[in-house]
Amino acid sequence: MNNSEFIHHQHAHCESGVSSNLLGHEGIHISEPMAFGIGAGLFFGHLPFLKVNGTPGTTYRIWPGAIFKRVAQRLGVTIHTERFSDQDKAMKALDDILATGKPVGILGSVFYLPYLPEAFRFHFNAHNFVAYGKEDGNYLISDPIMEEASRIAPEDLVKSRFAKGTPQPKGFMYYVTGTSKDVDMAKAIEKGIKQMCYFMLAPPLPWFGNNGITLLANKIKGYPEKLGARKAGLYLGNVIRMQEEIGTGGAGFRYLYAAFLQEAGQLLKRDDLLRYSEELTKIGDGWRNFAYRAARIMKDRTSDLVSYDELSDLLKVCGKEEKELFTTLQKLKW
Amino acid sequence: MNVNEVPQDPRDLKHDGKIRKLMYAVGKDGKYTGVNSEGWEAENYALEQAWDDIEKTLELTEAQVRKGEVSPIAYFMQKTLMDTALLASYAGKWQWQVKRHFKPGVFKKLSQATLSMYARIFNITVDELTTFGKDKQQGFR
Repeated sequence: MNNSEFIHHQHAHCESGVSSNLLGHEGIHISEPMAFGIGAGLFFGHLPFLKVNGTPGTTYRIWPGAIFKRVAQRLGVTIHTERFSDQDKAMKALDDILATGKPVGILGSVFYLPYLPEAFRFHFNAHNFVAYGKEDGNYLISDPIMEEASRIAPEDLVKSRFAKGTPQPKGFMYYVTGTSKDVDMAKAIEKGIKQMCYFMLAPPLPWFGNNGITLLANKIKGYPEKLGARKAGLYLGNVIRMQEEIGTGGAGFRYLYAAFLQEAGQLLKRDDLLRYSEELTKIGDGWRNFAYRAARIMKDRTSDLVSYDELSDLLKVCGKEEKELFTTLQKLKW
Repeated sequence: MNVNEVPQDPRDLKHDGKIRKLMYAVGKDGKYTGVNSEGWEAENYALEQAWDDIEKTLELTEAQVRKGEVSPIAYFMQKTLMDTALLASYAGKWQWQVKRHFKPGVFKKLSQATLSMYARIFNITVDELTTFGKDKQQGFR
C-alpha cells in the first residue's frame, strides 16, 4: 500500500496510460507500451450499421475497462471495479475511496471535461482518467493525454461519468486493492500477445479484428458513388478523427504496440520480438500515410473514384501486412 | 516514424486550446521514445472539417428557427453535438416524442418542467431556450 502523493505522467492513450499511472502508484512500474501490450489493447471493429452521430462506428481498441483488467490479472494485482445506477451513490463511493488516499480510475465522456480543448470535445464516452484527490470542492484529475494534472468541478464530473449514448459509462470506476510480490513478466507478455492475436485474427465475422480493416477498405472504395462528395468527405474525416484524435487508433496504436514488442524483446532477450517491432513500425507508417492521403482527398474535395480506390488499397495493404505479422506472432514459441 | 518525423503542425482552430499529445517514435539509436507533438496537418484538417460542418448546420437551423419552421430544441441539440437518439436518451423519452418537440407549435405548449429539463440538458436557462431566435426589436408580429 502506498500513501504517497500520486504522480501524473503523460501518455499517448488513455486507458493504457491510466493503467501505467495507477500501477506505478502501487510500486509496479510498467511503461505505457507494456500496459498496452500485456493488456492486449489493440483491436479493430467497423460497424457500418451502427451510426454514431450520423457516421459509421469505427473502433481501434478493445472495449473500455478491458486493458486495465487484463494487465492487473496478468501481474497478480487485485482490483475492484464497479458500475452504478445512482449518481449520488457513484459520487459518494468515489469520495470514500479518495478519502483513503487511493487514486481511482474513471470512465467518462470527453464532452463534459472542460479542461480539454473544445475542439476535441465530442460525445466520446470511452475516455479514461484518474481522480486522485479533492481540493476546495474540486476533483484533482490526472488525464493521461494532458501534459499536466487537471481539476474538475463535481457537477462536470457527474455529467461525464453518467453520459448517455454508446457505450454508457454508468459511473464505472476501478482501483487497485492488492499487489503480489512475484510477478512473471514473461508469462504476462506471452498471454498479452496471444490474446491480441486471437482477437485480431479469430473472429469469423466481417466487422471485427483484421477482417474489419478489409471491410472498411472495401466500404471506402464505394463512398464517392454511394454518398456523394460532401458526405464521403465527412465519413473519411470521421475515420481519421477516430484514428488520430482522442481515440489515437491507427498509426498511434501500431507505434505503441511496436514500442511494447521492443521493450518485451529487450526484457526477454529475444531478437525476434525486436524484428517484429520494426515490422510493425513500418506498418504504422502505412496507417499514417493512409490518414495523410485521406486528409488530402478531403481537402481537395475530390470525389473521383481513382483517389478513393487508391486510398482503399493503402488500407488493404495495412490490413494484409498486419495479418501476416500477427499470424507469425501467434505461432511464436515461448 | 522517426523522432524527427513527429509532426509539429500547430492547430489554428477557433475552438482550440493547448494540448501537446505524446506520440511514440523511433530515436537515432533505434529505440522507441515518447515525443510531444504540436499537432498534425491531416488531423487538424479532419477536425476543422468536422467543426465547419457543425457550424454550417447550426446556421441553417438558426435561420429555420427564426422563420418559425423548427423549435429552438432542434438548434440546441445540434449546438451540443447531439443527434435525436442521444437527446432522447438524455431526456428519457422516445425519439418520436423529441421530434415532436421540434415543431414550434408543440414547443409553445411545453410545460415548464419539460422546458427546464431540456434547458438542463443543454446547460442553458429556460429563458435562453424559449427566447432563442426571437429578435427583440421585431418581437411583436
